[in-house]
Amino acid sequence: MTAASEPAPRGFAMPVPALPPTGEGTGADTGPAAPEPLAPDDTVDLAAQEQALRISQLLDRLDAEFVGLAPVKDRVREIAALLLIDRLRSRYGLTSSRPSLHMCFTGSPGTGKTTVAARMGELLRELGYLRKGQLVSVTRDDLVGQYVGHTAPKTKEVLKRAMGGVLFIDEAYYLYRPENERDYGQESIEILLQFMEAQREDLVVILAGYADRMDTFFRSNPGMASRIAHHIDFPDFTAGELIQIADLMLEREQYRLSPAAREAFAEYIRLRMSQPRFANARSIRNAIDRLRLRQARRLVAGGGVIARSDLMEISAGDVRASRVFRDAEAAAATVDHPPG
Amino acid sequence: MRITQGTFSYLPDLSDDEIRAQVQYSIDQGWAVAVEFTDDPHPRNVLWEMWGLPMFGIADAAAAMHEVAACRAAYPDHYIRMSAYDASLGRQTTALSFIVSRPAAEPGFRLDRQEASDRRIRYSLHAYAAEQPPGTRYGTGSATPGNIMPNGARGGS
Repeated sequence: MTAASEPAPRGFAMPVPALPPTGEGTGADTGPAAPEPLAPDDTVDLAAQEQALRISQLLDRLDAEFVGLAPVKDRVREIAALLLIDRLRSRYGLTSSRPSLHMCFTGSPGTGKTTVAARMGELLRELGYLRKGQLVSVTRDDLVGQYVGHTAPKTKEVLKRAMGGVLFIDEAYYLYRPENERDYGQESIEILLQFMEAQREDLVVILAGYADRMDTFFRSNPGMASRIAHHIDFPDFTAGELIQIADLMLEREQYRLSPAAREAFAEYIRLRMSQPRFANARSIRNAIDRLRLRQARRLVAGGGVIARSDLMEISAGDVRASRVFRDAEAAAATVDHPPG
Repeated sequence: MRITQGTFSYLPDLSDDEIRAQVQYSIDQGWAVAVEFTDDPHPRNVLWEMWGLPMFGIADAAAAMHEVAACRAAYPDHYIRMSAYDASLGRQTTALSFIVSRPAAEPGFRLDRQEASDRRIRYSLHAYAAEQPPGTRYGTGSATPGNIMPNGARGGS
């Protein structure tokens, strides 16, 4: 089901920052009560304007929160810059239309597509492109009905919940099932397209999925491809980035690696990356969960008196007990395995 | 005769922006909004047809405005109202209800007096629009008293 906006209404009630309190929905959807217009020969200080919109803080926060993901950050930077320029243009009396913000995220498993989509809603809200910025995350099941006449209301219901925010369709290619020509997915796609065009002001649609299957999907639905302005490819993380991600995750859970454990974990990541079914950050998250299990077992088995720091620290032994090391050794021992 | 009803009955008709602001307020209070329509103008007609289901879980008024627009397109000559239900009390409680759309011409009411026993008089309101069958009452631009009156004689009573 959709894990989206049930508790939202009250939380969203009043304190929405960085939003114009009135005058929304007049078509000129963005912008704090437009500052005084400028004469054609006036000049403005761009840096001061940027300061006022707090764009750089926003981008810094994005940098701190997400490791790697250069293409995503570049695109957000561009969107933010366009917002700034559009505000200025409108003060000079030049036209500025809202850009199409529908996006498509492609990339391997665990490269942060869903995480970024969730953040994107907030980000676009802070930039003033969305009024609410809530994330409604759906899959085929939430959009496509089971019998004739069921799909349209179902899809519209979901779209309505997503208005003012982001509709995130994970594994979007499942919407289209070419092998079954009576599949209702096509109907759902048509309604989506219609909303993406007509309600551009109110809704940002983000599709996500693996690159090759997305390509097939777009080939059979050219209308969809052309309505999506931003195709962003999420690159696989490098080993260095994965360690940074691990550090962030551990910090958030108030654990830390001992220096020896950190070294061991770097080695773990290198080995794990070469093994099948490696899912980038998701594999790291799972590895950390297992580290916590092993740490707990070690502490309980050890007994005795322990301190706060013992509860936080993960030792090299905890890391090296992983099956990944044993598998790697076994592979090296039995087969004449090339190093690396 | 301009019919008024509901929370803002004392105000002139709300503009779309004002409607949107009221709807957003309702959503922010956690109320579920619903669109309803009717072409029976009688004040005791409280149960209007529902345009789809009440909108639970929407975050932005744009969704409700979209439904209002769709309802207006389908029923341009009907009364359309927006209702907001407050479920926090555990029962259906209308927190807010106001007319968002009305027919271009509203012919109004006639007061009927019925002579009862002992010279008592019963009064009732007779809506001129209700003389037509449902669905054709405020038919496109034809809802003037002129072409409603001739059919006024209803058989029997």
